[in-house]
Amino acid sequence: MAEFWTVDFVPLLAASLSALACALVGNLLVLTRRAMAADALSHAVVPGVVVAVAVTGLAGSLVVLAGGLAAAFAASGLVALLIRLGRVEPGTALGVVFTTFFAFGILVLEWSGLSRTGFDIHHVVTGYLEGLIWIGRDPGAQASLLRSLMDLPQVVFELAIVLVLVVAILGAFRKEFALLAFDPVFARASGLPVGLLEAALLTATALACTAAFKSVGVVLAVAMIVCPAATARLLTTRLPQQMALSAAIALGTVFVGYAAAVLGPRLFGSALALNAAGTIGAMAGLALVATAAMRGRA
Amino acid sequence: MAQVLSDLLAVATFQAGFNTTVVMLGAAALGCAAGAAGTFAMLRRRALVSDAVAHGTLPGIAAAFLLAALLGRAPREAGWLMGGAGFAALLSLAAIEWLGRRSRVGHDTATAAVLAAGFGLGLALMSVVQTLAVGRQAGLESLLFGSAAGMLPAEAQMMAGLAVLVLAVVALLLKEFSAVAFDPDFAATVGLPVARLDGLVALVCAVVVVAALPIAGFVLAVALVVIPPAAARFWSDRAGTVVAVAALLGAVSAFSGAALSAVLADTPTGPAIVLVAACLFTLSLLFGRARGLLGGRG
Repeated sequence: MAEFWTVDFVPLLAASLSALACALVGNLLVLTRRAMAADALSHAVVPGVVVAVAVTGLAGSLVVLAGGLAAAFAASGLVALLIRLGRVEPGTALGVVFTTFFAFGILVLEWSGLSRTGFDIHHVVTGYLEGLIWIGRDPGAQASLLRSLMDLPQVVFELAIVLVLVVAILGAFRKEFALLAFDPVFARASGLPVGLLEAALLTATALACTAAFKSVGVVLAVAMIVCPAATARLLTTRLPQQMALSAAIALGTVFVGYAAAVLGPRLFGSALALNAAGTIGAMAGLALVATAAMRGRA
Repeated sequence: MAQVLSDLLAVATFQAGFNTTVVMLGAAALGCAAGAAGTFAMLRRRALVSDAVAHGTLPGIAAAFLLAALLGRAPREAGWLMGGAGFAALLSLAAIEWLGRRSRVGHDTATAAVLAAGFGLGLALMSVVQTLAVGRQAGLESLLFGSAAGMLPAEAQMMAGLAVLVLAVVALLLKEFSAVAFDPDFAATVGLPVARLDGLVALVCAVVVVAALPIAGFVLAVALVVIPPAAARFWSDRAGTVVAVAALLGAVSAFSGAALSAVLADTPTGPAIVLVAACLFTLSLLFGRARGLLGGRG
């Protein structure tokens, strides 16, 4: 049991917090057919974070979040510009901007030497939940519970704060977002501040993606934005139910996926563990496919 | 700087060794094929499907690696990995089509779901591969962002072979592809099998992306089929011309990117190719004769 608290508890907690933030925001993105835009955004925040860290020399949460947000706004501004001014097809515009941003981020990372000082781009893409160890809960440490809470990896606090922010943004505009998601034409006609709402949604998405950056990984973030919301959408047509259901599905896939990563190989007598971010993402996709198969041609 | 320039000249004039030359010529052929094939995908608004296909090959590559290791074969033989990647690419295409047909899921969500879940599954399998003794040599590093330097001659030859195949298909069906892409209604009236041609375009793009994985990597392979066609669109409104310009820009981007990556330290091939393509895109956006902001006819 002691091993669970030191080794498994924090990865589960971090993945759950991140999955909740991503899945909640994902409902609106899936309804407005912006799943691929979310994927593009999750890649486009990379250069923002890299440049922010390279320029300031700090890798604190605020620097990382500010860099990610700035890049997200720059990228979606550019995409909108290409679509309107350049008459580029929307999907193509996304593809051009996110690959360029991401390529630039990697080169800055390599050339600035950040990649050699502990900023591992592979972990950004693949996730590194295994790296989250709770030293304070080591039975040998004998610390009080309060003291050991202080020893939790910082990323847990970041993810919790981002989850609160995402819920606050979604809650503050819940009626407006629902209208925008189901009837964008009427939403515009009825004088809703569509620009402001889009900016709020973009902020929430960018926050969820950037917070997932360091340990959860970009791939898991995208899987959690898209799959639970799409699965819930197959099961209900009402937004509040869909949101609640997607949150439950997200948590469920995190636990099942993590268990598969840690316990799966032991069934075959192997001591290794799979990449947990990967198994959780695969599990989310499996849930969607299974639901789609069972619901026939819904 | 002078050293870099003379190195670049040596590489660009094929005086940098047999392997580098094969890789660069292979890259150019592939860029050419990708630009041509990508044009039709762009015009049918399916540009980003290739992104999902590229990510979706990872589980296939990992599974092929494990199977090869299990059977005692040399897993780095290009045939095994390419075969696994190709099989997984086909599965991804089928999964997107199957999920996307459901109106409550939609094509956009299906693409993102297959991308994230497929890549997640690949990461999980890859964590097994990397524990094998043979797995470490073919680590994820070179496949994530591409590496021309690490490519085996057999891989480069296979890449060039696939590029020639794709170019032949595009050349043979140029008229049919163009009709469907530029005027689908007309194409249907004259009895062209629109759905089948669309499927063939998707397949051809998938082949290009799979062949491009060793040089461009999973995350950025999509750029080869997205950026050159988008840039070419600024230069002409005529189908044949757009395809030709896209093929030319693709070849130039891939060739120069591979050359830059061979000469500059710490420069992965994928990002180098993307940034060259992005520069050509920006020039086209500004000065394109048909739709460019400054040079266009409006």
